[in-house]
Amino acid sequence: MPIFDEMYGTDGAVRPAYAGLADWLAAMPDGALERKRREADILFRRIGITFAVYGEGGDTERVIPFDLVPRVLAATEWATLAAGLEQRVKALNAFLRDVYGGQEILRAGRVPADLVLRNPQYQPMMSGVVPPGGVYTTIAGIDIVRVDAERFYVLEDNARTPSGVSYMLEDREAMMRLFPDLFARHRVAPVGHYPDELLQTLRSLAPEAAREDPTVVLLTPGAYNSAYFEHVFLAEQMGVELVEGQDLVVRDDHVWMREAGGARRVDVIYRRIDDAFLDPLAFRADSTLGVAGLFEVYRAGRVTLANAIGTGVADDKAVYPFVPEMVRFYLGEEPILANVPTWSCRLPGELAYVLDHLGELVVKEVHGSGGYGMLIGPSATREELAAFAERVKADPGNYIAQPTLSLSTVPTLVEAGIAPRHVDLRPFVLAGGDKIRLVPGGLTRVALRDGSLVVNSSQGGGTKDTWVLED
Amino acid sequence: MLARAADNLYWIARYMERAENMARMLDVSWRMSLLPMGDDPQRLQWEPALIVAGCDERFAARGGAINARNVIEFLALDPANPSSIHSCLRSARENARAMRTQLTTEVWETLNATWLEAHRYDWERLNQVGFRAYFDWVKERSHLFRGVSFGTMQRDTPFRFVRLGGFIERADSTARLLDVKYHVLLPTPQDIGGAVDYYQWSALLRSLSGFQAYRRIYRDVLTPRRVAEMLILRPDMPRSLVATFGETTETLVALREQFGRDYECTRLALAMYSKLRYGRIQDIFAFGLHEYLTAFVDSNVELGHSIARDFMLPG
Repeated sequence: MPIFDEMYGTDGAVRPAYAGLADWLAAMPDGALERKRREADILFRRIGITFAVYGEGGDTERVIPFDLVPRVLAATEWATLAAGLEQRVKALNAFLRDVYGGQEILRAGRVPADLVLRNPQYQPMMSGVVPPGGVYTTIAGIDIVRVDAERFYVLEDNARTPSGVSYMLEDREAMMRLFPDLFARHRVAPVGHYPDELLQTLRSLAPEAAREDPTVVLLTPGAYNSAYFEHVFLAEQMGVELVEGQDLVVRDDHVWMREAGGARRVDVIYRRIDDAFLDPLAFRADSTLGVAGLFEVYRAGRVTLANAIGTGVADDKAVYPFVPEMVRFYLGEEPILANVPTWSCRLPGELAYVLDHLGELVVKEVHGSGGYGMLIGPSATREELAAFAERVKADPGNYIAQPTLSLSTVPTLVEAGIAPRHVDLRPFVLAGGDKIRLVPGGLTRVALRDGSLVVNSSQGGGTKDTWVLED
Repeated sequence: MLARAADNLYWIARYMERAENMARMLDVSWRMSLLPMGDDPQRLQWEPALIVAGCDERFAARGGAINARNVIEFLALDPANPSSIHSCLRSARENARAMRTQLTTEVWETLNATWLEAHRYDWERLNQVGFRAYFDWVKERSHLFRGVSFGTMQRDTPFRFVRLGGFIERADSTARLLDVKYHVLLPTPQDIGGAVDYYQWSALLRSLSGFQAYRRIYRDVLTPRRVAEMLILRPDMPRSLVATFGETTETLVALREQFGRDYECTRLALAMYSKLRYGRIQDIFAFGLHEYLTAFVDSNVELGHSIARDFMLPG
């Protein structure tokens, strides 16, 4: 199957959304882009100064590479994506409400009960706990890939603590500074209001008693966390306190923040700490990152956690194949966004198929993330395939397999000039007590190595500004 | 503002001020060590530095002879000594890093750049650069930090805690530095009021940036009583005890108004301030200068604990 390039399609003709960009690139004098790239490096060091905070020498901290050529989506393309994303996140929240409530979808046999109830991400303590608005995954990052002009697939749902939105915002900021002329020639939908949307979403989920003027905080594991920059950035942009577990205390059935002038009640916690570390009394006793007694206050509905506890059961790779079923079951609609066809190795028939076709498939660990523990069949050696087959046979339930998709490409500035590179897209969906909010676009990740399909930043991926054109 | 943030900001300023004052103290010790002395001059000249810095016991535990190299290395460069200039600059930067959101970019960059430069110093580099040049550099970085925070920070809670830390620390170090003379012995009792005595007092004054001011104020010879009066009781001397307490109480009163509560630390500070404001040098000398300074340092430490209890460890 030919690779679909988002600028040139499969036939080499520039697609309409890219017309302006193609002209602009063609008119670019030799070396001009290179100069802009150097300028961008300097800019990133300055506006993203906190990137370098971790490094002693200022340069040692890796800045995720930023590519200058934007990725463009037409208004109609985005409209479909947005509708599909909203639908999917509604279904994921309905699923979470159900599995921690009446478990109707399990009783109806539409999702295997053991897959949910015996899932390590399932939190039995959450049984009967309904957060405000019935919202569990408040901030969801849905990873999307594209294979041709029409088809977008959901590759993965991130319903716990998805990160990367700060790159989306910084990439846009950098592009507007570097190429103001490009923005004058295009009607690019803005994304800079994301922090406001996030704050409104969080406020809309405050406990009823505090709905008037809730105090929102962002809870971080601390300065040594790899996403700390993003925590600082979002707290600053929203104008809320960035707190650590030691700054919060539970007293009189509420959560309080220790301030210099006394204690202040906290109503909504945007937490960037995993479930297991939130409360040493309820979860891991050795955690020093969390707040003792937090879960009791949460269960009593006196503080809101975003995201809720136990959302991992909805984005687990073993549960992923059933998300389209969730859409049908809860919303009575056909899914707008399709899943990538997936074989579950826990089913004997599908396991046999996977083992027979290992060389053509991508095989993933059910609980793995970040591109680790993954086999890409077509680029593996015979020894690697044999070794991986043994691992799958030893523990089939731990693996799923998908066809090797020919991901779309977008022109990218590399050593040798402009060349196509594979991309994916992570839009951020905000589910509030009042409505679902989306800023147009998301974070585009690009695999900078020629032919590579792995876009994770830990594996040599970069980012691009993502444009949604307005009509 | 978070109590932890108040604590961090307060300590950033204390550490920067402490680094500066350690540099001042080493500078005066170095100047005094160049004066002619009696037997075992190394020990006589460098032991007071350790005592005044409150590092004599830690130095003894570490072992080694008391001489210029060992003492300067220990008080300026030793990462294992939490009071060394090296450690203070590192701690200031670590506290700042944990509280990036409360600082302006300029303040953060000042602290970060200072640490990045400071941690390149070892004994060899210190000798290449020269002691005096190094002490001056440390002082300049502290001046820069003070100026940048003054020039860029919004006049609200974070700024108040930065000021508070700076002045509490400065009061401590002025009192300690003034006490150096008590510990530095003269070769013989006949030397009291002699040339060495004079040079020691003038080195002390210079290290507190008070030499020119003394000349302008008194237009007369150096006497211990006047030096002490100037550095304890003159409100127009920025490093005097009364001046630092003026600033401390002003800041604490502003915090009291802001938070609308009474604090024990404010009461303590006001009590100490009125003693300084209405104190007389003859009474201090009648009590004994060394005894007075020792008691002051103790009260100031108590005030520091009280500030921590009131603002940084609530509930």
